[in-house]
Amino acid sequence: MIRILRNFVKRMFNNIFSVKRHIKLGLYGPPNAGKTTLANRICKDWLGEELGKVSSIPHETREIQVKEKVEIHHKGKTITFKLVDTPGIATKIDYENFLKHGLSKREAKKRAKEATKGVIEAIKWLDDMDVIVVVLDATKNPYTQVNLTIIGNIAARKIPLLIVANKIDLRRADVKRVEAAFPEYDVVGISAKNGTNMEEFYESLFTIVKKARRRRKRKTTK
Amino acid sequence: MVKRTKKTKTISKKRDKLVIQFIPYSQIQPLSSYKRVKMLLDIVASGKIVFMQGRLRPEEEADLIEETMKTVGKSKHFKGIELAVFSPSQANLKGLTLLRKKIADALAGNRDVITVIGPAHIVREIKKDPTKLELMLE
Repeated sequence: MIRILRNFVKRMFNNIFSVKRHIKLGLYGPPNAGKTTLANRICKDWLGEELGKVSSIPHETREIQVKEKVEIHHKGKTITFKLVDTPGIATKIDYENFLKHGLSKREAKKRAKEATKGVIEAIKWLDDMDVIVVVLDATKNPYTQVNLTIIGNIAARKIPLLIVANKIDLRRADVKRVEAAFPEYDVVGISAKNGTNMEEFYESLFTIVKKARRRRKRKTTK
Repeated sequence: MVKRTKKTKTISKKRDKLVIQFIPYSQIQPLSSYKRVKMLLDIVASGKIVFMQGRLRPEEEADLIEETMKTVGKSKHFKGIELAVFSPSQANLKGLTLLRKKIADALAGNRDVITVIGPAHIVREIKKDPTKLELMLE
């Protein structure tokens, strides 16, 4: 009897407080795939402001960037989430690569050091996410070990996942290759820079956020 | 003076060597995740290329990347790792054979898979397709 009562109180407590906590939506992927460009596109579309700085130099985002409340509407329905833009995940960081982009040796070394910390942060945040959008560059080979590791980790944690094949505005983009690499997941081809195919992206986002809500509900009632 | 020259030559020859270390599954199986990752990273950070029978779990791969990032910058040469998992195609396996294989993998670990890890200052890129693995060296 006491156990039943205790479980009831616990469930009520969880229900009251968990509903108020917004779904955490993380943007993950390798460096320079367009995670911050997509974050900016989402924020611009629904909040009228951008989230972070973008650049052609890899590892521009070296710290987690969060937009606390993003509310999006689609076909009369609304979802609210906390948007988390993460630094690109890489297995190697060489400061000499930044020198090619015109950075001084000192700046390049500083950037490399910050970038390594950024990768560690991004991996640590994985456990906190409710939904993840993996942003891949559609012009590049999707079968890299970094991509496989990111997606493998999300799958192992059973976090609802959507794959975005970004940069479809470029001629070399190949969304079908991304779809073939990850046939068990939804893949949406977009150009975050130009805002192409964002309608389809938001529709898919609604579907996975719903999945995440159901998953969280199941977790709290257990 | 002559002796010193000889010693210098020996050292530079040693540095030019490319060492590939094979790690059988039996060596990593009893280790905890932490020890597995640490062992692999220690070998790779010392400049060797590792060919490991089997593969790490996704969480261990993430730990390996995390630990790698903590190690980058600590030594002069180490810039990170190149990692690839090479597994034979299972497209030809069907029905009961595929099921039997999956059960065997779950029980005894997937030993058909080879994981290659190399230090990024030695291995520039690892290219793979279902029939071959190419290591592009610096």
